[in-house]
Amino acid sequence: MKNHKLSRQMMAAPYTAWIILFIVVPLGMVFYYGLTDKTGAFTLENVLDIMSAEHAKALWYALGLSLISTLICFLLAYPLAMILADREGNAKLNRHSLILLIFILPMWMNFLLRTLAWQTLLEKTGVINRILEFFHLPSLQIINTPYAIILGMVYNFLPFMVLPIYNALVKIDPNVISAAQDLGANRLQTFLRITFPLSLGGVISGITMVFIPALTTFVISKLLGGSKILLIGNVIEEEFTLASNWHLGSGLSIVLMLFIILNMVVSAIFDKEGEGNML
Amino acid sequence: MKKWFAMAGLCMASVLALGGCGNSASGKNGQVIVYNWGEYLDPETITMFEEETGIRVVYDEFETNEIMYPKVEAGATSYDVICPSDYMIQKMIANDMLAELNFDHLPHAKANIGQQYWEQSREFDPENKYSVPYCWGTVGILYNKTMVEEPIDSWSVLWDEAYKDNILMQDSVRDAFMVGLKLNGYSMNSTDAAQLEIAKNALIQQKPLVQAYVIDQVRDKMIGNEAAIGVIYSGEAIYTQRENPDLEYVIPKEGTNVWIDSWVITKDAPNKENAEAFINFMCRPDIALMNFEYITYSTPNDAARELIEDEDIRYSEIAFPDLKQYANLETFQYLGPEADEMYNELWKEVKSE
Repeated sequence: MKNHKLSRQMMAAPYTAWIILFIVVPLGMVFYYGLTDKTGAFTLENVLDIMSAEHAKALWYALGLSLISTLICFLLAYPLAMILADREGNAKLNRHSLILLIFILPMWMNFLLRTLAWQTLLEKTGVINRILEFFHLPSLQIINTPYAIILGMVYNFLPFMVLPIYNALVKIDPNVISAAQDLGANRLQTFLRITFPLSLGGVISGITMVFIPALTTFVISKLLGGSKILLIGNVIEEEFTLASNWHLGSGLSIVLMLFIILNMVVSAIFDKEGEGNML
Repeated sequence: MKKWFAMAGLCMASVLALGGCGNSASGKNGQVIVYNWGEYLDPETITMFEEETGIRVVYDEFETNEIMYPKVEAGATSYDVICPSDYMIQKMIANDMLAELNFDHLPHAKANIGQQYWEQSREFDPENKYSVPYCWGTVGILYNKTMVEEPIDSWSVLWDEAYKDNILMQDSVRDAFMVGLKLNGYSMNSTDAAQLEIAKNALIQQKPLVQAYVIDQVRDKMIGNEAAIGVIYSGEAIYTQRENPDLEYVIPKEGTNVWIDSWVITKDAPNKENAEAFINFMCRPDIALMNFEYITYSTPNDAARELIEDEDIRYSEIAFPDLKQYANLETFQYLGPEADEMYNELWKEVKSE
């Protein structure tokens, strides 16, 4: 019995080492830098600097854009997930694996390349505008605006919304739906009172998985926003890479972490089934 | 599910295979780790260096001086050779991060680099002990003749409402503030809070007209007719003109930045002798010529300039301007940590506006 326990600990050792090296230690460093000043003395100044005009603005911008993106992702993803989960339709055509493949395929390409591709598509003289011009349609001028950033967020993070919702929907026992229909519920009632509440866990996981990367991104705003719109992610990135002020960068990261933890607490309350864990 | 595993396995295998290449053993005479600007030498010259010397080159690139500095300072990778700009070399000397060069190992540098460039280097390396000039140039305005009516000769065109959404600005703090300060007739090395405030307000006022803040992408966007006017390094001008003949480069009358990028060796370089061999190799006339033709940045290597066959290029006003005819040319100085912080703070205010 004792031996068995020991071997289990041995098996777990690599994961423990991994967690300590790449999660606990870096987090400790973030907190150390974030809560000290350049002389190494304790201070809350770096964290409280989020209140300064530029930082607060960058945070509001990031929150606003990521909330809008999350909402759009949800509105696009739910119907798609329902199509994917529709067993009768899928049985004939095997279409669900095809759609899933189409959705996952771009994720095999590098995220930066995909975002750069959008830059080429959206530019003033880019692919989309040339096509519009050919048909004498008005041109699309969204590159280097917040709209382009939202587009980039939705495009990049949509699969993270579709998959958890899909997982939640396929898990619903078809007998539950049949029972609702037998008891006289129409399609809308079935959806609102049975299907949607049962898929809520997936929805919440999806929201978390879209909202957090969108809130913290700095690449999308840089590439598609022309560096004109400073999100909180950009501020933090530039504190590290340009200003070499790791203390302020870490302090602001701690603030961002609070939002992430808040979001995760909310999802933990709803997502007891763990639909989001498949990814 | 089986298929999934197969695909995942395939991906993993290819990643491992790629990773494996990067880890191959160093050359028979060791290695040298080089940290240079993006697209700042002809890759062929590295292959030649490796073949001739048996020293393997580990090559890494950066986009701005400000991105390079913290990486070197943190010491995560011990780079041997770096190619920073003037003010950054001054900062690295001030912070004791550079090694003195042994010029006995650098005969090509002594023989081929023009005297005037050594003199110019004294502004940041007073005794010419730490750096060997590699490229130099100016910062100016690149404009598209088909989109701009009047002749351009001033930074003020970057504030002209007519070019709204058609202007590309440099996304790096010192270059951006150089424009704002020069426009108002101040030194680009100003540390005067009032002058910097004026420059900041000018940049904020300009922001609605700016299409994007970019660095290397100015080149591609100007070639692709994305914008009418862009702030650009002179070295990119010849290349862009080659690709798009409608483009014209001008040094504004208010003056601008004359910069030098030089090879330096870090204080704790693990391969100092190989590093010197690398710098010396880069100063060989034929190699300097290959690099000039590849990157089109002005070379301080007089012997290489003599070898340029195309007379238009050898006497080009863009590549080799006679600097005496321009007023108010300056070279960036390292301004100390407080001024650095002030610049960064003001730049953040501009960017978040």
